[in-house]
Amino acid sequence: MKTGLSPEATARKHALDVLATAPAKALAERWDAYGDKPEHQRLRGPETGLVMVRGRAGGGGAPFNLGETTVSRASVRIVTGEVGHGYCLGRDLDKAEAIAVIDALRQRDASRIEAEIIAPLEALALENDATRKNETAATRVDFFTMVRGDN
Amino acid sequence: MYVAVKGGEAAIANAHRLLADRRRGDRTVPALRLDQIVEQLGLAVDRAMGEGSLYDRELAALALIQARGDLIEAIFLVRAYRTTLPRFGYSEPIDTGAMRIERRISATFKDLPGGQMLGPTFDYTHRLLDPSIVGADADAPMQREAGDEEAPRVTDLLGREGLIEADGALAEGEDVGDLTREPLDFPLNRDLRLQALARGDEGFLLALGYSTQRGYGRTHPFVGEIRIGEVDVEFDIPELGFAVNLGRIRVTECQMVNQFKGSAKIPPQFTRGYGLVFGQAERKAMAMSLVDRALRAKEFGEDIVAPAQDEEFVISHSDNVQATGFVEHLKLPHYVDFQAELDLIRRMRAEFEGKREAAE
Repeated sequence: MKTGLSPEATARKHALDVLATAPAKALAERWDAYGDKPEHQRLRGPETGLVMVRGRAGGGGAPFNLGETTVSRASVRIVTGEVGHGYCLGRDLDKAEAIAVIDALRQRDASRIEAEIIAPLEALALENDATRKNETAATRVDFFTMVRGDN
Repeated sequence: MYVAVKGGEAAIANAHRLLADRRRGDRTVPALRLDQIVEQLGLAVDRAMGEGSLYDRELAALALIQARGDLIEAIFLVRAYRTTLPRFGYSEPIDTGAMRIERRISATFKDLPGGQMLGPTFDYTHRLLDPSIVGADADAPMQREAGDEEAPRVTDLLGREGLIEADGALAEGEDVGDLTREPLDFPLNRDLRLQALARGDEGFLLALGYSTQRGYGRTHPFVGEIRIGEVDVEFDIPELGFAVNLGRIRVTECQMVNQFKGSAKIPPQFTRGYGLVFGQAERKAMAMSLVDRALRAKEFGEDIVAPAQDEEFVISHSDNVQATGFVEHLKLPHYVDFQAELDLIRRMRAEFEGKREAAE
């Protein structure tokens, strides 16, 4: 992983991370609700391919190839000239293209994209994660020691 | 000599049509939908995905329906599909230490940071068939405030005291091997063995792991930790100049802790076997970690006396798509081969008869 990203790159990465992780349906709802979408031209894709997922021996050791995953990607240029890139797991080409357009648009109007799309999707992800985490926590084992009688 | 024979086109077409009919079954029963398979036969989906070596739950579900539930056939379909897609590249290694944990247990430490969480497990069920689940809804799961306690890998806890061998790093100048790109050339490095085991047949690896427990290459294993949950897949995007998260995948990791090795230079340490598998696949991850440890025999100077320690034997036979291809090819026409065998046996019998008559 790259470190020392510029603040803009960090913000862009954060937005792309949230968009890729968002459920397709939730992303589509947010994007549908977004007014004045720009016209865009496809530069590459949308297309589906494979990424080989790597693990590490022992969890933290030498990398090895675990297996592939489907990935969709798209690159677009919006009418105002900004180029956006979208990547996400799976074969949902519409999702990849929407991410690319949102990525391009974010370069023009970051605050609106953040407020209307990224922040709500992130809040949803946090809520879903918290629910799952709490469901798992309910299965946590509380060990107790049986105290034997002293006779 | 090969003699080309044609025929059977109509029979084949009709057989496939018959297969489609039998796959669909009784038309008065509703047809399966992909989402039903994904949601309600999740572990079969995970197995098709893991051994198909392609993370895509919907594709694995489709493969299961198309294969009428035949897992190896489904795995075959998934493997065939992956060959139709271009490869974009390799991900950054996933970080199982940062997993969003859904199950996490240790058989070596009762009280460990982050706790033991049973998750959605079959353990402690009574294995009694329960007709009441058919067509019924389930209660919502219980919840309990989780807090922010970290759950470090158990092997990292032991590692801090130096009691266990380190994870190890890639040797200087070595590339990560990829068996989907290069044919296997024995002996293998551990990275290629782990790749092969991760996509290997669960039944085969389970039997081999079991054999080590029964004494065929004993390794004295303990489950240091099993964890199941979601991890981020980060992928470096050249056009952006940084890696982004593509989304999350669920994996199962097993850290097997095995008895000691030391040397003149290194004091005795626990040794390790590692299992990592797509989806929720605990039995497979455990079997993989047992076999991984057994296959490290040479590295630890152990005598290779058992099948599970024999790298070429294990890795050459762990792939069920390869195995089924070679076993099942026997049912294809071998008419000419067999004709030659028939000729041979007739000649041998004629010779035998000739000798007997001469002796009389």
